[in-house]
Amino acid sequence: MSEYVVELKDATKRFPGVVALKNMSLSVKPGEILGLIGENGAGKSTLIKVLTGVHQADEGKICVNGEEQHFRNPNDSAAAGIACVYQELNIEKLLSVTDNIFINKWIRKKSGLLDYHAMHKQAKEVMASLGIDIDPAKAAGTLGMGVQQMIEIAKAILIDAKMIIMDEPTSSLGEKEVEQLMKICRKLRDRNISIVFVSHKLEELFELCDRVTVMRDGEHIWTKEIDQTDNDDLITAMVGRSMDKQFIKEFGQKGEATLMVENLKEGGVLFDVSFEAYAGQILGFAGLVGAGRTETMRAIFGADPIDSGKIYIHGKEVKINSPRQAIKNGIAFLTEDRKGQGLVLAQSVQMNLILANLSGFSDGPFLNQKKIEETGAANISALRIKTPSQLEVAGQLSGGNQQKVVIGKWINSDADIFIFDEPTRGIDVGAKVEVYNVMNSLVKAGKCVIMISSEMPEILGMSDRVVVMRSGSVMATMDRDSKHFNEEDIMKAAWGGKVDG
Amino acid sequence: MDKAKVKSKSNLMNRLGSLAALLVLCVILAFATPNFLTQSNIMNIFKQTSVNALISTGMLVCLITAGIDLSVGANAIFCTCIMGMLLQRGVTNPFLMILAGVLAGVLVGFINGTLLTRLDLPHPFVSTLGMKNVLWGMALVVVNSQIVSGFPAQVTWLGSATLPNRIPILGGFPVSFLLVIVIFAVMGVFLSKTSLGRSIYCVGGNAEAARLSGIRSANVLTFCYTLSGFMSALAAIVLIGRGGIANGANATQPYDTDAIAACIIGGASFNGGKGTMSGTLIGALIITVIRNGLQLLSVSTAVQNIVIGLVIILAVLIDVTREKMEAKARRLAAA
Repeated sequence: MSEYVVELKDATKRFPGVVALKNMSLSVKPGEILGLIGENGAGKSTLIKVLTGVHQADEGKICVNGEEQHFRNPNDSAAAGIACVYQELNIEKLLSVTDNIFINKWIRKKSGLLDYHAMHKQAKEVMASLGIDIDPAKAAGTLGMGVQQMIEIAKAILIDAKMIIMDEPTSSLGEKEVEQLMKICRKLRDRNISIVFVSHKLEELFELCDRVTVMRDGEHIWTKEIDQTDNDDLITAMVGRSMDKQFIKEFGQKGEATLMVENLKEGGVLFDVSFEAYAGQILGFAGLVGAGRTETMRAIFGADPIDSGKIYIHGKEVKINSPRQAIKNGIAFLTEDRKGQGLVLAQSVQMNLILANLSGFSDGPFLNQKKIEETGAANISALRIKTPSQLEVAGQLSGGNQQKVVIGKWINSDADIFIFDEPTRGIDVGAKVEVYNVMNSLVKAGKCVIMISSEMPEILGMSDRVVVMRSGSVMATMDRDSKHFNEEDIMKAAWGGKVDG
Repeated sequence: MDKAKVKSKSNLMNRLGSLAALLVLCVILAFATPNFLTQSNIMNIFKQTSVNALISTGMLVCLITAGIDLSVGANAIFCTCIMGMLLQRGVTNPFLMILAGVLAGVLVGFINGTLLTRLDLPHPFVSTLGMKNVLWGMALVVVNSQIVSGFPAQVTWLGSATLPNRIPILGGFPVSFLLVIVIFAVMGVFLSKTSLGRSIYCVGGNAEAARLSGIRSANVLTFCYTLSGFMSALAAIVLIGRGGIANGANATQPYDTDAIAACIIGGASFNGGKGTMSGTLIGALIITVIRNGLQLLSVSTAVQNIVIGLVIILAVLIDVTREKMEAKARRLAAA
């Protein structure tokens, strides 16, 4: 018998253009809670998917109780005793608790009909063993997030899981629910069920875990007993990454505070967010996924309603209730979700390029076809959009070229303030450089650029100033020439630590 | 530039395809029955197409937004009954009558749009289905379930008048189809050359992206359903002219499904973002020609319905197959 219940050895997983896992190893002892941390994009999600059989590793092997396993799909992984509670719960909200627990594992009577009597009884028992007393016939959607999570854990228990992976289980829970979850985790540990606990909250790891594994760029950095490490040690291990990308940052002339935001509030999402962005500068927004950066920008852009707060543009207070008003006030917003929110995929490149400024390309009610074609041709050559013609539908272009179309759309909108939300996500290196060049030329033209990015090298490489957010609040603001403008201090702020000075 | 050529060629093929289908259909029927290719029958076909073509215009605009308007037929009948009600009450001013009918249709469309955009009903299928039933009942209520006849000549003119017979070739051409041609020409320009027209396609393709680009998606959608209501009202005036009566019981006729069929045969899609006026006109003509030809051949209504049904399925099947082949060709070209 092996010392470990589940062992992943030297796993490598490649996707087109990226290596998501590089010789990654993870070893979980029976009956322990193992913390797993890493930055955004460190490869945690891929690791989980390899362990649960969603993805298959290109190299390496997985052993359960010392025996090598080949997971072709999630069913194989479940059969071997590995379960996962995903951050996005797999709960059928309209079905009962019992239905959710017994999906695909129905108990039948001799007649072949479902035996709800037996299933309700078992569901109630297993939920009770997790300290939750509920009527299992109730629709799952009517229960709180904490209870819904327990339903997922109950599913894992019912398949006799030896190891349960919990992917940021506390991100959607209130304080009391977190306490309850930790209690359950310890209970499961006592029943010799191992837990891999993925979290962005260091204090939770210290409170709950026995050991902790750090990963970075798809690699295993180290695994230590929890009392052998501390906050700074963990953060240093997470961030010490190589700067292998080239950033050709160009500097503009810092001008007025084009955009000032004061005490932006949105119930439960944003808490008194204030910052200013200057003309001729790139203001980077750093933080973990879900820190409220996109929400802040959507609120400024009028895409979501806010409860209170003031927005000043060129020193004048403005009221923005819709994206249309935001655009009229000179704001451009390049959304993170290109396909869902940026482009009309079934329409032509040409049409997408003028979408944010239809009135600017019309004479009265009629579109000015000549101006549209000239602008389209100019955009395509200036941004080097690779497309057979401006009449090609946007959906046919590659990711990088689609992104350039969205950028072109906003350049054509005559904005002063450009908000870029994860502008280089999912596009190739060549296209990335071109996106950086666009930002450079915007600040040189005296525009105000705001860039949300979860890639630290990008934040450090391109920003003149950085705002760090965490849980809907601004944690810190750093100038490029301040001594805190470095990866460690930014990460500290993003992870809720204090930045000295 | 090669791919662009392929693309525009395929668009052209699409339109030529349904036009060719219409012509082939006509040739076959011309051989099958000597009565098909006569002057009077051809004029008949235009007459019979008018109502469906007008209703299809509104339906197409809704389909482009990835929605649907199931209340079109009931709305048209409701408008005829509003006009009938005025007649029952002794109003004989044709101008007032037409105005009332048009206002009723537009109002119903506006309510449909408002239900969708301001009260956030999930899909217009549901709200317009509800509206269809409401209007069916209302149509009967406003005329006390009576059949109203005796409309003034100015009201029936649009649906009954034809060009004088002394005009060569076009003698007997229905005025109602002249209206159809004008409407389709105007709508064709509107959809392809104006910013509001293009916005309709963009909202249909991706409402959220359109909203975040500063297009008032909700207003655009409301406009589409209001326009559909207006088209139903125009169809109502033609209906009164053709039959001379207002009859609430007609609200159950398959106006809505015929309109959907015309749009789909003409290249529109339930997923939105697609469809043209010219395609829709050809679609509407194909449906009439099949009905008309089968009638001349003394085929029963039951069999006519079967044939129309199969044609709809075939049209969509061809469309889907063509798209798959195009996607495959693109993949091969990209590889």
